[in-house]
Amino acid sequence: MSPLWRTAGLARAAEPGSTSRRGSTLVRDVALVCLADGLVGVSFGATTVAGHLHWWVPVAMSLLVFAGGSQFAAVGVVLAGGSPVAAVAAGAVLNTRLLPYGFAVADVVGPPERADLDAGAQASGAEVQVRARPVRSGWLIRALGAQVITDESTAFALRQTDPARRRAAFWGCGLALFVVWNVSVLLGVLAGSLVRNTNAFGLDATFPAVLIALALPALAERRTRVSAGTGAVIAVALTPVLPAGLPVLAALAGLVTGWRPRRRTTERAASPLAARRAGNRADSSIDSLTGER
Amino acid sequence: MPLLAIVVLAAITYSFRLVGPLSRDRVTLAPAATVLFADAAAVLLIALAATSALMNGHDFAGWARPAGVLVAGLLAARRVPFPVVVLAAACVTALLRLGGVA
Repeated sequence: MSPLWRTAGLARAAEPGSTSRRGSTLVRDVALVCLADGLVGVSFGATTVAGHLHWWVPVAMSLLVFAGGSQFAAVGVVLAGGSPVAAVAAGAVLNTRLLPYGFAVADVVGPPERADLDAGAQASGAEVQVRARPVRSGWLIRALGAQVITDESTAFALRQTDPARRRAAFWGCGLALFVVWNVSVLLGVLAGSLVRNTNAFGLDATFPAVLIALALPALAERRTRVSAGTGAVIAVALTPVLPAGLPVLAALAGLVTGWRPRRRTTERAASPLAARRAGNRADSSIDSLTGER
Repeated sequence: MPLLAIVVLAAITYSFRLVGPLSRDRVTLAPAATVLFADAAAVLLIALAATSALMNGHDFAGWARPAGVLVAGLLAARRVPFPVVVLAAACVTALLRLGGVA
């Protein structure tokens, strides 16, 4: 799904400060995120069918792709008249962020580590039995776990320090979101096919609004804001002249404006987030995506 | 949107997800690459928001939609809860259209 739902209220609710009542807080925070994602899912399903795409398009995408931002992006390109290739490219670029997420949560995506099990087995004296199980079903669990790597499940996992809690947070959030997302998209498809003139309800304005809400927390740093601003100007300026889909991809050229000048020196020193990034791996980018400032 | 496009996007997306869990302990990702991915995602989202707010096909979309999106953006920047942001976008745009603004 997408960088979300990292909107204000949710991000605040999900802040790590609350160490007491951690379990129930986690459940509550996951529920809040599910609620927000549910709304986005309804909006996705409704906008897609309102744009005269087949009902199965949003449904299949939500099941198979399961990444809200890229689903919106791909459908947005197609609805603007772009080619499927441009739509796939836009969605794929957006999903590259899942690559660092995968590294960040690698330890909880698969079955418990052999080392952990060995330690447990030695303690209980049941070495052989414990070892045999995870090896056989391990790939299946890992394959399933990979599909539920999202902004949200990663963010929740990284907020937990204890390995067991990390695992519980990742799987709890990931599976809950998968169910909620697909059900809500289906509801949106139903709602969208009932309403005739969706423009009269301003539904077309919800799509860009969702995208902005998604992107805002990631704009904490000046570098990113400059890149995004330049990219937006490029995309809008090229829209009248280029085939649909290409202007948005051309916006990536905006990255150059944010990256070339002084990316190592001043900014890193000035921003605590940037300073953390310097030493940290994938974790810090997720912080920026989940709205921590 | 053909099914093939959806399947290809799904396959690409899944491979992005799978690389980390499969290659842990063997490969690490450069911090610079991570930051670049995050920035690229933000740039794409904002560019897509801008074009879908302002343009309809190759032409200007009219004032009602960008006005609704602008209000939503301001609310989001003020950390207003997500449902309010989305509803505000739709309401402002719908009301403007009701009032005769395209």
